[in-house]
Amino acid sequence: MSGLSLFWQRYRRNRPAVGGLVVLGLVVLAAAFGPLAYGIDPFDMAGRPSTLPSARFPLGTDVSGRDILAGLLAGARVSLLIGIAASLTATLIGSAVGATAGYVGGWLDAILMRVTDFFLTIPSFVFAVLIVAIFRPSVAVITLAIAAVSWPSVARLARAEFVSQRHREYVSACRAMGMGHLEIMLRQILPNALPPVVVIGSLTVASAILAEAGLSFLGLGDPNIVSWGYMIGVARTVLRTAWWMSAIPGVTILVTVLAINLVGEGLNEALNPRMRPR
Amino acid sequence: MSRLTFFALRIAQAVPAILAIATLNFLLLHLAPGDAADIIVASSGHGSPELVAELRRSYGLDQPLHVQFLVYVGRLLSLDLGTSLVFNRPVIELIGERLGATLIVMLTAIGLAVLIGLVLGIVAALRHRGWLDAFVSVAALIVYATPQFWLGLMLIVFFSITLDLFPSGGMRTIGVELGPLASVLDVARHLILPATTLGLFYVAVYTRLMRTSMLDIMTLDYIKTARAKGLSELRIAFTHAARNALLPVVTLMGVQIGHLLGGSILVETVFGWPGLGRLVLDALLQRDLVLLLGILFVSSVVVVVTNLLVDLLYGILDPRLAS
Repeated sequence: MSGLSLFWQRYRRNRPAVGGLVVLGLVVLAAAFGPLAYGIDPFDMAGRPSTLPSARFPLGTDVSGRDILAGLLAGARVSLLIGIAASLTATLIGSAVGATAGYVGGWLDAILMRVTDFFLTIPSFVFAVLIVAIFRPSVAVITLAIAAVSWPSVARLARAEFVSQRHREYVSACRAMGMGHLEIMLRQILPNALPPVVVIGSLTVASAILAEAGLSFLGLGDPNIVSWGYMIGVARTVLRTAWWMSAIPGVTILVTVLAINLVGEGLNEALNPRMRPR
Repeated sequence: MSRLTFFALRIAQAVPAILAIATLNFLLLHLAPGDAADIIVASSGHGSPELVAELRRSYGLDQPLHVQFLVYVGRLLSLDLGTSLVFNRPVIELIGERLGATLIVMLTAIGLAVLIGLVLGIVAALRHRGWLDAFVSVAALIVYATPQFWLGLMLIVFFSITLDLFPSGGMRTIGVELGPLASVLDVARHLILPATTLGLFYVAVYTRLMRTSMLDIMTLDYIKTARAKGLSELRIAFTHAARNALLPVVTLMGVQIGHLLGGSILVETVFGWPGLGRLVLDALLQRDLVLLLGILFVSSVVVVVTNLLVDLLYGILDPRLAS
């Protein structure tokens, strides 16, 4: 049986994870094709303000008469884009730092881990707010800010994996064969250390989406695009008269993040069969 | 190593952490486009090149970087965090006024979360694979996925607007003279929704942690001994196992204090709670970087100090660590 079908056989056993994958797939489709298929500009003040769902506006309009469904579709792009890009960046940085610290050991390990622990100490959301405030909000800055506060936990995990692999026999064998350190790290140890890193990377996508929502709720979103957090921030002003306007983007965030977390747990069980939770 | 040496060592370890925070703050300040003089001139709307040069001299911005750094650290050590451009007052004063309100929300939230989490976790572990166990797991998944600030808004919709049970914002009822007891109750009434919003996430975290921790411990030999002695399962869980299961909870509390502070800032802006969160919002609106950096510095120091306290507490809970 191929590795992939073995993986799928294990993943499939976790029903919630399969459900999460289906929902996530729908969100990805909505983000990819939704804005084009729906064809309405989320910034266009197309109707009367604060209308209830109708045939013309399936989810109603916001305080400025903008189509809420169009906003959700545009926001899906932003959330997924920032979530995935921030997680990838954080996973790359974290893995590089953790792998180096774990493989090399000694004083370099001590220094790198001190730096990592230091970044774990700083209140991450406050730090992200400051980075975005200093460099002004844009998709790139927000992504980097979230990555900057997310990499330390990846680094800790990657280090633990590399430390546990470093003294295994296959590593000694590679060294005896004259293989270079970089080659051992990347081609020999990394494949073994990858499963837990993949899992934490997928969970980081979820936390990044939540962080982006928080930032744009505070008004630290990219001013040129609609995001879910921004929509909640706008709708908040009419919470008393139109609560659904805040509720809709919030539920969207909840469902998306829940789906990603379920997929993450499914990956965890399929990739690390021994670490299955009880 | 005596317990005293252990404590002294831990306290000494906090010093480099605080210096590192100061360094990061300094670097961020200098990464910002334009310096303090530019920002002051820009925010006042007018300024000649002479004024900018004068301001640079008075702020020491014409000095080499390492001199500026030493001056900066020296100021921080004497608790001088600079002057806020928005409020035109010392940053440390502004933070000092607001920190108390933030700590009230944080401590209430975490206190309730630990208490509820412990009980739910123990009960879920005792009824392993029962309906409560399943409910706790599902609820935790949903809570993990909920944006806190949005949860706050929904609680306002339900409990303030629809049911009119709790106030939707602020810390005190405005325009009413209250006696000492009544005023404490008044703050408590205002506190319930923000503390619930902030705490629910941690209820989920601690329930799950306590559950796993209890499940591990209930298989240990000393628990079997207690069972053999004929003690009731409930008594074993609460007196024998819970004490040891508590250790990871205490550790996590220390680790998460920074996360809690970040959450508090968002939740405060939802409820108009007069703490650091509102200060962050004011600072953001005016791009008051000096104030924001001051908040980052103070909140990081709060985290370092809390971790220190947690370590000391740990040394008391588990005497083996201090030896």
